[in-house]
Amino acid sequence: MAYQFSQESETRFQRLIPQFPSKRSLILPCLFLLQADKGFVDTEGMQYIADRIGEPVSLAHVHGVATFYTMYNKKPVGKFHIQICANISCYLAGSDSITEHVCSKLGMKKGETTKDKKYTVDEVQCLGACGFGPVAQINDKYYENLTPESIEKILSELEKEG
Amino acid sequence: MGLKTLLTTHIDASDSHTLKHYQSVGGYESLKKALSEMTAEQIVNDVKNSGLRGRGGAGFPTGNKWGFIPKTDKPKYLICNGDEGEPGTFKDRMLIERFPHMLIEGMAIAAKAIDSHQGYIYIRGEFHKGIRIVETAVEEAYKAGLLGKNIFGLGYDFDLAVYSGAGAYICGEESALINSLEGRRGHPRLKPPFPAVSGLYACPTVVNNVETFCNVPHIIRMTGEEYKKIGTEKSPGTRLFAVSGHVKKPGIYEVEMGTPMKELIFDICGGIKNDKDLKAVIPGGSSSPILTKDEAMTATMDYESIASLKSMLGSGAVIILSEEADLVETTYRLAEFYSHESCGQCTPCREGTHWVKDLLHKIKKGEGTEKDVELIFSLSRNMEGGTTICPLADACVMAVRPTMTKFKEEFSLRLKKEVSVSH
Repeated sequence: MAYQFSQESETRFQRLIPQFPSKRSLILPCLFLLQADKGFVDTEGMQYIADRIGEPVSLAHVHGVATFYTMYNKKPVGKFHIQICANISCYLAGSDSITEHVCSKLGMKKGETTKDKKYTVDEVQCLGACGFGPVAQINDKYYENLTPESIEKILSELEKEG
Repeated sequence: MGLKTLLTTHIDASDSHTLKHYQSVGGYESLKKALSEMTAEQIVNDVKNSGLRGRGGAGFPTGNKWGFIPKTDKPKYLICNGDEGEPGTFKDRMLIERFPHMLIEGMAIAAKAIDSHQGYIYIRGEFHKGIRIVETAVEEAYKAGLLGKNIFGLGYDFDLAVYSGAGAYICGEESALINSLEGRRGHPRLKPPFPAVSGLYACPTVVNNVETFCNVPHIIRMTGEEYKKIGTEKSPGTRLFAVSGHVKKPGIYEVEMGTPMKELIFDICGGIKNDKDLKAVIPGGSSSPILTKDEAMTATMDYESIASLKSMLGSGAVIILSEEADLVETTYRLAEFYSHESCGQCTPCREGTHWVKDLLHKIKKGEGTEKDVELIFSLSRNMEGGTTICPLADACVMAVRPTMTKFKEEFSLRLKKEVSVSH
């Protein structure tokens, strides 16, 4: 069956419509709804968004928007998406050792997904939590003031969850 | 001078984000005053009198910005810029999570000032927690009759919606943010026309930072004249300084404008980590030119003092670098940030930021030459001063060139010594 919004996403979509005088403004929130449903944004989903919003929004436009922003996953990511900040303040606080620790523990390189699709590890630019570095974002949650010991504990908890 | 709470007076309350708490400490009284006792012109004048300057980065006088909105029949839009993303900057996230009602109240007052009936709070997408908190606060405000139709029964309508960014630093630039809100790539627009004339949906628009809006209820409560007594004459008020890097107590500190940087670093933040010597300070977010230790020790935390040192107070993000900091590495990381975040519209930025980053990578690996250093300076000259639509390329230059100039020796030590160029 072709993709359509889940019931929850449909409800949120209907709430969004009256908030904007132009339907085009719905594209970014709709891509988040698609990602919440599927875990990533694909052509089928983007075509669906273009169809739901209607003229003048086309698949090409939705695709152009999706590829501009880093938060839309253009391919599937692991169940736990570990994003470690590598910019100046986190670097000064020792983020490199956190990245190395996570990669070594999970037996992978940054940018990769484990074979069991459980973890994806990425190095990202600034997460906007510079006073509490090193910082990692795992799915929706921020983890701050990380040490190799604390990230080890977090990984163990994720392992139990997963 | 020194620590002074205005926005953060109730930071210790665990429920500071709730309507109940906010109203228990006088929240929304300023909105009631603005709607019942003041005309739009009086609100604008009060904010002008306060001398409030935008807390996002540029420091433009807020009242003047509001005054540019033309009197037309077109809808006027009000946008809160919560797309905080400049390396070193992390103050707005705290305001969003702890004082969402202060933000909403500030926006509602600003709405009346510019005759806007629709506003948007644009928050960087990674701030999931903050987005949920602000959404809940907006719902609370609607239920209490503080947003929507006929606020306080005083005849003013204002609707407010939360919009999530999707991961693009450039959307912190106001015209890119507007494009993003319109469902487009976050490409900055050519100015003029300025948003005050043609912004969101080609209508008059005001875009202000989170901290700027949060100051507004306090100005209305105390009057602009009283507010102006805090801080310095040209930089009134308090400022949230986000301090990070090699300091013992990093964090967000609200201090009176004009406080000596020395006091901020050594008294308020406890001094340099591991009791090392201070090497340098990046005073206002990653794009503000670096200050040497000597410069930092003479500076005060206000727009004029930092500008006199040819840097910027910017977003109020202070990054401390001790003698242990590897400035070649930190400069490379900043260049990497700007090359990653270039939107790609303008060639000097798209090509220049990547090129500078690649050259710095070469230098940090010990494979660079004097020629590479010269090339970075040459590229920099083509990336600044209006060669691009927005200032992202300029920001990259400001993050790189002053460091390479002021700490030349540190860069020279990393070069391959056998290779040099003579002219």
